Amino acid sequence: MDHLDFDISHLLAGSLVLLSFVLLYQDRLYALLNVYALHALALALSVGWQAYIQDAPHLYVTAAIALGFKAIAIPMVLRRIVERLGIHREIETAVGIGLTMLAGIALVALSMVVMLRVTGKANPIAREDLALALAVVLLGLLIMVTRRNAVGQVVGFMSLENGLVLAATGAKGMPLVVEISVAFSILIAFIVIGIFLFRIRERFDTVDVQALDQFRGERR
Amino acid sequence: MIGASFGATEAVLLIPLCAASVLAFLPGYRPAARLNVAAAFLTLLAALSLLLGAHPAPGHYLIVDDLNVVFIALNTLVGFTTSIFSASYVGHELETGRLTPAYLRFYHAMYQILMFAMNLALVANNIGLMWVAIEIATMTTVMMVGIYRTHEALEAAWKYFILGSVGIALALFGTILVYVAAQPVIGEGLDAMVWTELVGHAASFDPALLNVAFVFLLLGYGTKVGLAPLHAWLPDAHAEGPTPISAVLSGLLLNVALYAVLRFKVLMTANAVAVAPGPLMVTLGLVSLVFAAFMLYRRRDIKRMFAYSSIEHMGIIVFAFGMGGPLANFAGLLHMTMHSLTKSGIFFAVGHIAQVKGTQRISEIGGLTETHPLLGWSLVLGVVAIAGLPPMGIFMSEFLVVSSTFARSPLLAVPLVFGLLIAFGALLLRLNGLAFGEPRGGTASVKASYVPLFAHLALVFAAGIYLPPQLVVWFQHVSSLLG
Repeated sequence: MDHLDFDISHLLAGSLVLLSFVLLYQDRLYALLNVYALHALALALSVGWQAYIQDAPHLYVTAAIALGFKAIAIPMVLRRIVERLGIHREIETAVGIGLTMLAGIALVALSMVVMLRVTGKANPIAREDLALALAVVLLGLLIMVTRRNAVGQVVGFMSLENGLVLAATGAKGMPLVVEISVAFSILIAFIVIGIFLFRIRERFDTVDVQALDQFRGERR
Repeated sequence: MIGASFGATEAVLLIPLCAASVLAFLPGYRPAARLNVAAAFLTLLAALSLLLGAHPAPGHYLIVDDLNVVFIALNTLVGFTTSIFSASYVGHELETGRLTPAYLRFYHAMYQILMFAMNLALVANNIGLMWVAIEIATMTTVMMVGIYRTHEALEAAWKYFILGSVGIALALFGTILVYVAAQPVIGEGLDAMVWTELVGHAASFDPALLNVAFVFLLLGYGTKVGLAPLHAWLPDAHAEGPTPISAVLSGLLLNVALYAVLRFKVLMTANAVAVAPGPLMVTLGLVSLVFAAFMLYRRRDIKRMFAYSSIEHMGIIVFAFGMGGPLANFAGLLHMTMHSLTKSGIFFAVGHIAQVKGTQRISEIGGLTETHPLLGWSLVLGVVAIAGLPPMGIFMSEFLVVSSTFARSPLLAVPLVFGLLIAFGALLLRLNGLAFGEPRGGTASVKASYVPLFAHLALVFAAGIYLPPQLVVWFQHVSSLLG
């Protein structure tokens, strides 16, 4: 039974990493949002499974938030924003897809090497979870730096936060404070993002971050 | 006594929170500005009673000890003086139409929420709670930086938001790793995130895990301290937001993030096998110092210039704390205090200067000592202080940093002194154009309250001449806590 527990949580966490890779090569906004919804769904399943095997009912709340808020509500709202603001549907990338994927593979390898080496004494499920979570976090960072438009960066940031939630739930018995805080932070982040996207649209013709760069005070 | 100071801990948090909820709905600029000042003053009083009273026993969430009380006192003091400056500053912004009354309500409420979040981060005894507080502080400042809604302000806020969130995310990962390291020793649950428990048991934590955790925490909170190469948000955020926010960012928020780094440094040093955090901090500090010193030469925007100067000084402070030992820690604490007072004072002056001249561009400001003698000479005094000339307080703290470095590792002192001299040259060069020579720019009269500016400069001057022995003993005690 223990072995099955481990395998399932490993499978779910691994699928999160896989979906991060899928996010990495999307070049359409809608497809990006769809994959993000899938990403959040995988997170919800993973957290739900952790709640079950750790016998920690409060984690079901985190899973429900991941499902309802991140997998359903946020992609819907972002889709509406993209529609209403008439944002360009294609994502401009800063680096070519091939290079990005290679960098992604290197980052995953790095996180495995680092985390598996230092967590020798920890519980094996937590150990795998942490290594995969770090991979998701680093891939999220990579998405953020290789995307030029604001929605792409926001999705990168949210996938990064999914990685953090995975890490927090993998650490057995981590107090509720952090789960609340993570949900809270996403809420705040989303309010800010909403306001910002709206304002950026109000002031600029594009949500392309490079267009913002032109207005830097010192280049006038 | 214990009851009284326990109440004070909560007052430091509750006063700003209540004030924020009132300010969010209070119409009219004058009463709002007054309430803002009053709330900041009450918070300062509460902090002073914490300072003088006995410390309550640490709980699961809150703690007041000798280390954080220094930060709380400094935080509430500068918060109070900035609220006075802010009252005269926003009045002008309202007249010129850069801010509307609705935005002003938002601004005042945000100011108090920021105070709340910073105080919460300082009194948190729980590394998760500390993280939440720093996150709230980041989000409020993001909103404030974007408040003018110009192209530049939006870009600055967006950049700050993205970089700040990445930093915050890395810090959370580090926090989780600390919990994973603590959990086998302390057991599951809340205790394994309580600061006092963590330090008590740190010796038996898995050192490898702690090492990785510290790297994440240093990079994460280091982004908020503004250490190069993670500083990119800082100059923009300082230059484009309202000037009171620049003063609070430089004077306080950077310190709060630094405090988080210091807390984890203490945790690392409590474990003998884990890697020493000092060399990492020394390297980051030196890189920030030298990088910012060179960047100072090419600045065209006055607020941006002083933002780079903040990076430089945070570099010096992190360097000093990285060196460690009683003398370097003492110098770091003193430098931090002096920098907070001086830099926020300079931003008070710069705020009024930008208002009378109607621009922030250095090339369009000149001859300030002729057109606005009081303002011009205060700026001269402030820049002289920040550049590290005697007899101001920063001279003394920089001298201590340099001499303690020479005594222990002379090789490190070379880049340190080099960076200091480069920055010194840049600041005096720019000051010459700003304060002397042919008058340029507007000559409108100043409707400013000089009280906070003079108070800060006077404190820095006094500290340069004479440090009260009580203060020295107190700082020495805190330095010994930092290891």
